[in-house]
Amino acid sequence: MTVMQHIWIVIGVLFVLLNIAAGLIWVERRLLALWQNRLGPNRAGPLGLFIVLADTLKLFFKEDWIPPFADKKIFILAPAIVVGSVLLSFVIIPFAPGIVVADLNIGLLFFLAMSSLGVYSIVLGGWASNNKYALLGALRGASQMIAYEVFMGLSLMGVVMLTGSFNMGAIVEAQKDMWFIVTQPVGFFIFFIAGIAETHRLPFDIPEAESELIAGYHAEYSGMKFGMFFIGEYLGITLISAMMVAMFFGGWLGPSFLPPLAWFALKTFFFIGVFILLRASLPRPRYDQLIEYGWKILLPVVLANLMITGAIALWMRGG
Amino acid sequence: MNLLFYISSFVAVAATIMAISRFHPVHALLYLVVSFLAAAMIFLSLGTPFIAVLEVIVYAGAIIVLFIFVVMMLNLGKDTALQEKNWLRPKVWAGPSLLVLILLVEMIVLLLNAQNAIMHVAVVDPRKVSLSLFGEYIIALELVGFLLMAGIVGAAHIGKQKKKILHRFLKEETMARVEI
Repeated sequence: MTVMQHIWIVIGVLFVLLNIAAGLIWVERRLLALWQNRLGPNRAGPLGLFIVLADTLKLFFKEDWIPPFADKKIFILAPAIVVGSVLLSFVIIPFAPGIVVADLNIGLLFFLAMSSLGVYSIVLGGWASNNKYALLGALRGASQMIAYEVFMGLSLMGVVMLTGSFNMGAIVEAQKDMWFIVTQPVGFFIFFIAGIAETHRLPFDIPEAESELIAGYHAEYSGMKFGMFFIGEYLGITLISAMMVAMFFGGWLGPSFLPPLAWFALKTFFFIGVFILLRASLPRPRYDQLIEYGWKILLPVVLANLMITGAIALWMRGG
Repeated sequence: MNLLFYISSFVAVAATIMAISRFHPVHALLYLVVSFLAAAMIFLSLGTPFIAVLEVIVYAGAIIVLFIFVVMMLNLGKDTALQEKNWLRPKVWAGPSLLVLILLVEMIVLLLNAQNAIMHVAVVDPRKVSLSLFGEYIIALELVGFLLMAGIVGAAHIGKQKKKILHRFLKEETMARVEI
């Protein structure tokens, strides 16, 4: 691959991702409206599509206010971290054969590393705001994300065991005969739950719980800084959906009447829809329930899954 | 690769110095994060991507977050910064730094005179790391496991709350008795 091709892939991926993140504003509101039996935004443009434009313009023109009691530098740094870490994670996603920004042989670990750095945006944003609600949100976010990172990593290790590689391309290729959802259903469900907690989406949006904490860690943010948290969340949904597709649902593999890239996009959008459906249908658990559920149920289950997978893999190899 | 190594080493040293000299605990911790990321880059440039990523996941992504978590909970603000300022007077650090500087000069002289100063870059993949961990160094690994287990048991013991089940009338009675 030449240097120019690399640059084109990077630009293309960035362009598509940022547009998806913005477009999800409309997708989410229309889908939520559909499931709640109402219309949703339908005035501006065809099907209300221009709400994306209107929302973005509104965010750009809002006063970009930094509270005088805030820690200025860290306050500005925090929203940049969330978008940066999520966009960096997309580096290893194989969209189609040959369309991947960096085909690292430690791809999966790189994803875990970047998602673990994403915690800083919540923690620092909440702390730098110097506001008790923001601080409470940040404390919740930190413990939630550290806890669920563990299960996220462990749930993917079953797939790594079956593939024998951390390389995302190799993981997709290994699903040629059978998707990993068949052999690793437990891993998939735990990854899904941990992914929701990691992107702090409803029902696990406990760090921002608007009914108790106003808006949690980003209560003090306005304008495009708030917009960055917003985009980071949508990018996070896209990332987790893309990871689920690549790890458990065969990535770009599919019947040949559609190109590989279309299969990948189709499957990813299906899971984005599932994320939004969860938001529309489930209530928020209490904070201690979430943490208890993680350590007392998910951890033993994921460890058992790992051990059984390892035992079966060894047995199949003829040990 | 060589250039990458030197750049990230420089960043690591600079960030560590900043981490020591900041007065505010959170700022210091953030520089420490940068230092860890730079250390990960050093590992990467030396051909061990696995260790590099583990450094980011474990140190930068988990341990420092817990540090910041604790700092946030204790709500350390201006008072601690002042205290730190008092501790970090030149009188305190001038002597040790001078001695360390002598050591540094010695080390640089030794390094410049060394015969085998060529950096060996060999890519070590995750499989090799795990094989040596669970083969050659299995006893060390088990011992580390013991240590962590002891830590967890200790933390559970310290964190345990004594359950006090008192009937409300009983409690009132004891309170009254104390008052008498």
